[in-house]
Amino acid sequence: MFSHKNKIKESIADRFFLTGVYLFLTILLVVVLYPLIYIVSASISSPEAVSSGKVWLFPVDLSFKGYEVIFSNSQIITGYLNSLFYTSFGTLISVTLTVLIAYPLSRKTFFGRNFLMFFIVFTMLFYGGLIPTYLVVQSLGMVDTRWALMIPNAIAVWQVIIARTFFQTSIPDELVEASEMDGCSDFRFLWSVVLPLAKPIIAVLVLMYAVGQWNAYFDALIYLKNPDLHPLQLVLRNIIILNTGTGGMDASEMMERQQLADLMKYALIVAASLPVMLIYPFVQRHFVKGMMIGSVKG
Amino acid sequence: MNGIQVKSKILGNAKKSLKRHWQLYLLVIPPVLYFLIFKYIPMFNSVIAFKDYSVVKGIWGSEWVGFKHFEMFFNNPQFWILIKNTFFLSLYALAVGFPIPIILALCLNEIRNGMFKKTVQLVTYAPYFISTVIIVSMLTLMFSPRLGIVNQLFGTLGLESIDFLGLPGMFRDIYVWSDVWQHAGYSAIIYLAALSGVDPSQYEAAKVDGATRLQKIFYIDIPSIMPVATIILILSVGNIMALGFEKVFLLQNPLNLSTSEVISTYVYKIGLLNANFSFATAVGLFNSIINLVLLVAVNATSKKISKNGLW
Repeated sequence: MFSHKNKIKESIADRFFLTGVYLFLTILLVVVLYPLIYIVSASISSPEAVSSGKVWLFPVDLSFKGYEVIFSNSQIITGYLNSLFYTSFGTLISVTLTVLIAYPLSRKTFFGRNFLMFFIVFTMLFYGGLIPTYLVVQSLGMVDTRWALMIPNAIAVWQVIIARTFFQTSIPDELVEASEMDGCSDFRFLWSVVLPLAKPIIAVLVLMYAVGQWNAYFDALIYLKNPDLHPLQLVLRNIIILNTGTGGMDASEMMERQQLADLMKYALIVAASLPVMLIYPFVQRHFVKGMMIGSVKG
Repeated sequence: MNGIQVKSKILGNAKKSLKRHWQLYLLVIPPVLYFLIFKYIPMFNSVIAFKDYSVVKGIWGSEWVGFKHFEMFFNNPQFWILIKNTFFLSLYALAVGFPIPIILALCLNEIRNGMFKKTVQLVTYAPYFISTVIIVSMLTLMFSPRLGIVNQLFGTLGLESIDFLGLPGMFRDIYVWSDVWQHAGYSAIIYLAALSGVDPSQYEAAKVDGATRLQKIFYIDIPSIMPVATIILILSVGNIMALGFEKVFLLQNPLNLSTSEVISTYVYKIGLLNANFSFATAVGLFNSIINLVLLVAVNATSKKISKNGLW
C-alpha cells in the first residue's frame, strides 16, 4: 500500500536498518536450510564420496544404494507399516474425542462448562507422573498392545482449546436457537450443521494429531517390548542413534560396511521425514490458521 | 435473594439444561472418562510415593512409609546434580528460545516483499515437522567424530576432530541451539499473528511524526506483542523443570551424563528400568510440585507488574 512511498522517503537510518534485517533473515535462511539439503544430498551420493567429505552441498556420484538397503530391511518396512497404522487410527480416535468435548464446551447452554474446562486445563498444570500413568496403562492390559500408542495420549488439551475457540467464534448462537425451534436435536445439529461448517478446524486437528502421531516415539519406548509393533521412529532410534560407530575399525572390509551403514542412515532420515515433508507445503497454511485460532483468547 | 434461593435457582437451571440438552452431556462422557482414567487416576496413584509399592499388594494395599522416598532423594548425592542440570538446561533454553522467535517475527514484519518473506517463513517453519528422533539422528551424523561433516571441515582446516556429543561441556549448547533451529520459525507465528492485528493508523501516525523503523518497533510493535509474550513466558517458566524428556534422553550418552542427566531421565531409569516405582514417583512428584509452584508464583508476579496472567 505505502511501500512505494516508503522507497522514496526511506531515510538513511531506515535503509541501514532494513539492510540489517535482510542480512539477518538471509543468514537464518541459510542456517536452517543447509542441514536439510546436506542430508538429502548425502543420502543420494556414493558411500565413498560421503565418507571422504566430498559431499558438502550437492550430491556427488549419484547412487541410491542407501535406499536399496533400507527398503530390503524387514524391520524398517514393518516400522513403516506400523507407523501408518498408528497415524491413521490414532488420528481418527484423537479427532473424534477432541470434537466430542470441544463442541459441548463451546455451547453457552451447557451447564458446568467452566468447571469442565478447568477439569481439562488442570491436567496441563499438574501431571500425575510417568510411573503412576504407566501403572494405569498396565492395569488396563494395554502394555505391549497397539492400544498403548493410540489411547493414553489421545487428547491434547491445547487442541481442545483451539477447537472450542473455533466453534465459539464460527457457529453463531442464532443458528443453534433457530434449529432448536425447528425441533432439531443436539446430535443432529452437530452432525449436519456443525461438522460441515467445521471442516477447516477438523483439517487442522487431523494434521496436528497426524504429525504428532507419526513423530511419536516415547510411548512406544515405554509401552512396547514386542519389536513387531514398533513404530518407525523407534526403529530409527535403534538403528541410527544406538548404533553409532564407536571407531577402532581398521579392516578395509569393515570400513566399507561402515560407510554403507552410514549412508543408509542418511537415506533412512529422508525416508522417514518424506511423508510429512511432502504434504508440508500444502498444509502449512492450515497450521498457521490453527495457531492463529488458538491464539485468540477464549 | 438469599443463599438457598440462589442455590436452588442454579440447580433448577442445571436440571433444565440437562433435560433439554442431555445429548450434549452424553457426548462428553467418553472424553471425560479419558481424562479421569489417564490423567486423574495417575494423580491419585502418586500416593505410592508415600508407600513401599509392591506389585502383589497393589497401590492401596502397600504399606505407608511417609516421606522416606523423598528423604532418600534429598540425601542422594545425585540430588544437587540433577537439580542443577535440569535448572541450567531449562534456563539456558528459555534465555535463548524466548527472545529469538520475537526477533524473527519483528524482522519478518518489517519486510513487505512477498516472495522473500514467504520463503523465509516456509523454510524456518519446516523443521518443526521433523521428529525429535530425526533431529538427534541428524546431530549424531553431522557431528560424528569420524565421518561427520563438521569434523571433516575441521580436518581440512587442519584442526583436531572433536567428539561434540561426548563432551559434557557441549551438551547444553547442542540441545538449546538445535531446539532453536527446530522451533524458532514455528514460535514466531503467534507473534506475527499479534503484529498483524496492529491498527495501521498507528503506523501512519508514527510516520507523520517522522519515526524511524526502529522507533516504530520499540513504541508500537513490542508493546502490542507484550500480552502474548507474557503468557508464553509464564508457560515456559512453569515448565522449567518439565524439560522435554525425549530429546535429552536421545542425546544422552555415557560420556556426557555429568551434564545431561536431568530429573525426567533419572525417573525413567530408576522407575522403569530398575522397577523402583515408589522412589521414582516421589522424584516425579517433587518435580511436578516445583513446576506448579513456579507457575503460580510467576503468574502472580506477572499479574502484579503487567496486569497480565493466565488466570
